[in-house]
Amino acid sequence: MIGISLREKISKFFTYTILVITAIFVLYPVIWIITGSLNPGDSLFSTSLIPDSLSLKHYVYLFNETDYLNWYKNTLKIAFWNMILSTFLVVTAAYAFSRFRFPGRKQGLMTMLVLQMFPGFMGMIAIYMLLLQLNLLDNHWGLILVYAGGSIPFNAWLVKGYFDGMPRSLEEAAKIDGASNVKIFYKIMMPLSKPILVFVAVTNFIGPWMDFIFARLVLRSSEKKTLAIGLFEMVTGRGNSEFTTFAAGAVLVAVPITILFFIFQDQLTDGLKAGANKG
Amino acid sequence: MLAAGLSVLFMGLGQLYNKQYLKGLTFLLLELYLLIFWTVPFQWAMWGLTTLGETVQTRQGFEIIQGDHSIFLMIEGILFLISFLLFLWFYYLNIRDAYKVAAKAEKGIKPNNAKQMLKNIWDNGFPYILLTPSILFTAFLTILPLLFGVLIAFTNYSAPNHLPPKALVDWVGFDTFVQLFKMKTWSATFYGVFSWTVIWAVLATITTYFLGLVFAVLISQKGIKLKKFWRSIFILPWAIPQFVSILIFRNIFNGEFGPINKYLMDWGITDQAIHWLSDPILAKLTLVIVNMWFGFPFWMVLMSGVMTSVDKEIYEAAEVDGASSVQKFWKITMPLIMFSTAPLAIMSFANNFNNFNIIYLMTQGGPVNTDYSYAGSTDILISWIYKLTLDNSQFAVASVVSILIFIIIAIFSIYNFRKTRAFKEEDMMS
Repeated sequence: MIGISLREKISKFFTYTILVITAIFVLYPVIWIITGSLNPGDSLFSTSLIPDSLSLKHYVYLFNETDYLNWYKNTLKIAFWNMILSTFLVVTAAYAFSRFRFPGRKQGLMTMLVLQMFPGFMGMIAIYMLLLQLNLLDNHWGLILVYAGGSIPFNAWLVKGYFDGMPRSLEEAAKIDGASNVKIFYKIMMPLSKPILVFVAVTNFIGPWMDFIFARLVLRSSEKKTLAIGLFEMVTGRGNSEFTTFAAGAVLVAVPITILFFIFQDQLTDGLKAGANKG
Repeated sequence: MLAAGLSVLFMGLGQLYNKQYLKGLTFLLLELYLLIFWTVPFQWAMWGLTTLGETVQTRQGFEIIQGDHSIFLMIEGILFLISFLLFLWFYYLNIRDAYKVAAKAEKGIKPNNAKQMLKNIWDNGFPYILLTPSILFTAFLTILPLLFGVLIAFTNYSAPNHLPPKALVDWVGFDTFVQLFKMKTWSATFYGVFSWTVIWAVLATITTYFLGLVFAVLISQKGIKLKKFWRSIFILPWAIPQFVSILIFRNIFNGEFGPINKYLMDWGITDQAIHWLSDPILAKLTLVIVNMWFGFPFWMVLMSGVMTSVDKEIYEAAEVDGASSVQKFWKITMPLIMFSTAPLAIMSFANNFNNFNIIYLMTQGGPVNTDYSYAGSTDILISWIYKLTLDNSQFAVASVVSILIFIIIAIFSIYNFRKTRAFKEEDMMS
């Protein structure tokens, strides 16, 4: 008996050691960037994990001297409208594919399946030309349209799969009662499919915060930029002298998105799982 | 029969013959309108698509005389072609409709009148109404650009000699494909970048997968306290926006002033700064390590989920049979985890294959590799394409490479798709 409990104790000790060490590795970059942003010094070199004194001057600088606030507003605006537009497009398409049988349905589903396999920016040059022709270059709406268009194939498949799993009996009952298609959709389908709708909405809201490729392609002028481009240029430009400003900017982006992630954690995991199973 | 024949001859004639006057007239007018107003532009667009323009931009003194812009001609050509195909499909529907109504009339069923028809459209057309916005978006923002992207592969659209509006672009068939594989400057880069892409995708997937597994198992052990606390900490790398953390790591591994180097020097482990991101091998290693930080939480969460959903009775039955905890793990837990995460692992491989963000934001493909054309040592195919297109205007080669990427990803996705439930379910594809 004593042998077993000793072995257990040793294994527990090792487990906790590993957990603690990993926790340090995981938390280190987070703490480092937070203290970095509060560090009075300017450069990367003078940044230490435990600063001697704290200062908010980088935040002040960020708001007063850079376009940061503009970038933040731009990103929020793009993210919000992309969320609305994408969710609308995805849900209507998924509903049609899931609940109706019509000529062209099979071909449509196949097309979407193939489309999501192409590398996203294969069509970059054409999109650039198209936006140029429509006068939507360096315009937030151009970018929103590009994001919304790109989100349809994958997400529509995902939502369709979810709709497929919902029983039809409720709808059929409503149909017998004389409810119209539109009414059935709003009164029955929408409330029942809340988890997947939340997933689609949240991922489409977060997407524009992360995207770098299309934002850089479409947006040119400094006051129109999104956070991803702005922060990237802060780090890569001019010998890293703006490191602490970047740190402050990074903290202000990461905090709300991280909170959002924790709130919708379960939906995000489930959605990703469902997505993989749908291919 | 006669009705269908009439509809082949001219849209709407068959409908008129079937005494569906409103429908017939609408069709008739539609075709007339298209014939009168769109024949010439269509011919012109097809000329543009096949020749990609013939007049080169010239200069007379200070004045520039515009020639044909091959790329605009091409996009316009594709637009016309898509519309033409849609029209052909509609034409086919028109013939079928005429035939069907006539066949019904022979059996004595009266054709629908205009009012019934409109009602029919509203009832059975509802899915089409729902789909219209997504179809428009997909057609113009996904399909059209992709078609264009594919077509570019068969042209010589590239710097320095074939860039409109100064010069024309021509169709070259498979020449660019041959170049990529045979011409030394391209093939060396392609094979080099391609092999690193595969190595990267394999390493990135395997390391995160098993690290995730290790932590899922460690935390789920009996008697470990604060399970939720540990999970919440370890989930952080997944929750923080990736581009932010990549940029943070870029600074942490900074070759001169980065904190890692500072610690190593302070503790006397090395005398001089290690150039993490400017040595090819070290840079690759750093990328894999940083990717582990990002990637393992996803697998950890997923596998923890699988483990808690396993039926407790299986374990109890195994205990009765005298299985040790090690046996239980290898014979029950592992197979279950492997089974339910396999499709995700394949998709994760595909995602890593195209993981532009981490490569570009960490190293921008660097350090410089003199053996490569337009690529650095850590560039993967997708970031190479990005550089080819945006920085160097090598559109043709970029397009060929992206077609190759598509083929690879498609093989994985189709394999995955066929394996999973989705394909077998009766209603999915019927």
